[in-house]
Amino acid sequence: MVSKPHGGRLISRVLSGRKLDRIREEAEELKIIEIPLDVGVDVENIAHGVFSPLEGFMTSDDYLNVLYYMRLSNDLPWTIPITLDVSSEDIRGLKEGDEIAVKSEGKIIAIMSIEEIYRWDKREYSRLVYKTEDIKHPGVLKTLQRKELLIGGKISLIDHLPNPYYRFTLRPVETRILFREKGWKTIVGFQTRNAPHLGHEYVQKAALTFVDGLFVNPLVGWKKRGDYRDEVILTAYRVLIENYYPKDSVVLAVLRTPMRYAGPREAIHHAIIRKNFGCTHFIVGRDHAGVGNYYGPYEAQEIFYEFPDLGIIPLFVKEFFYCRKCGGMVNEKVCPHSSEFRVKISGTALREMIKKGEMPPETMMRREVAEAILSFKNPFIE
Amino acid sequence: MEERKYTTVSIPTTLYNRIKKIIEGTGFTSVSSFVTYVLREIAAAYEEEEEAEPFSEEERNKIIEKLRKLGYL
Repeated sequence: MVSKPHGGRLISRVLSGRKLDRIREEAEELKIIEIPLDVGVDVENIAHGVFSPLEGFMTSDDYLNVLYYMRLSNDLPWTIPITLDVSSEDIRGLKEGDEIAVKSEGKIIAIMSIEEIYRWDKREYSRLVYKTEDIKHPGVLKTLQRKELLIGGKISLIDHLPNPYYRFTLRPVETRILFREKGWKTIVGFQTRNAPHLGHEYVQKAALTFVDGLFVNPLVGWKKRGDYRDEVILTAYRVLIENYYPKDSVVLAVLRTPMRYAGPREAIHHAIIRKNFGCTHFIVGRDHAGVGNYYGPYEAQEIFYEFPDLGIIPLFVKEFFYCRKCGGMVNEKVCPHSSEFRVKISGTALREMIKKGEMPPETMMRREVAEAILSFKNPFIE
Repeated sequence: MEERKYTTVSIPTTLYNRIKKIIEGTGFTSVSSFVTYVLREIAAAYEEEEEAEPFSEEERNKIIEKLRKLGYL
């Protein structure tokens, strides 16, 4: 049985049929609020139930509960506020109860009923969500650049954004049907923002040993400079799966949402999203969604103990490395040998090699994967 | 933000004392935090899906067709 959606009901706020035609016409008459692409993709996520049970952007009740207690106002676990920021200028003449048209990438994608307009404290948000106010943290910097007001209210999707990854985009309703059609009862979700090295592969395969299927769900969208570009990640995974995974046990689809780099809080957020896709289990590795030294290496695992009611089972997998004495990929739970035999896989070292156009050793990355990455002129975000 | 709201639930004193002993040396700072944790766990297990999946048989077939075209099935 695939996992129940978070809150018990998969949200769908996608308009269709006559209602869509009517609302689309009406939307032309409404005041338009322009939003950036990374907020636009979250409008789609809300509409397609990726963020179930949310039906729109948070009002202050949910926002403050999430910020302080990591729960929605109905007590459901939720750790990252999903908010829409606007300036006073944007909402001039608007009041609570009004409807607006939401525009992104040059087209109206949704309408929204304004339930509440409220102020927020971006430093407080940073302190609580990112555990720091340091502007070197990419999430903090991005937060401080946002506008001074938030508007909360339900959205209804009337159009989709251009999607370069259409072929690899699945909605929760689709993955739920897909997993059932495949006969999978237990599915482990894997979140990633990296091209896969051997460590990732073995973490996934260790988890797959205990469940029916693996859902590899790379995050595509806004990321910080120096991270792999989306098309590189997707290409690298396609190559890896084609060459090294049992075909009937893996599904690869992207998740379009921005990275927040919120470490432990984001790990819970990622788990809830995968629960909505139907996953029963979720892999949490070392320093999940971390950046720099803002979070402890296993803090993102420890936070799961605060949520007995999450509804998805976290799998805490130790980091894999190559052991020359064992003669294979192992982790510290199963390898008794000392560090002199261990080849640790460093994502930073791998990126440095790739930047120089060097082929990483096969104890770190599959040759086919490395070749696919090196075939890109510049695999990293500038 | 105003302080979080709480309400009182009565449990037998004997149970209270038993839990007090159980949580000694654990991460739980009070009987209340332990009881909250356990109740959330149980509440989640009891909450059933409010309704069936939000798609008809026709929509399901359309999705299966799409999944086939994309190579997922």
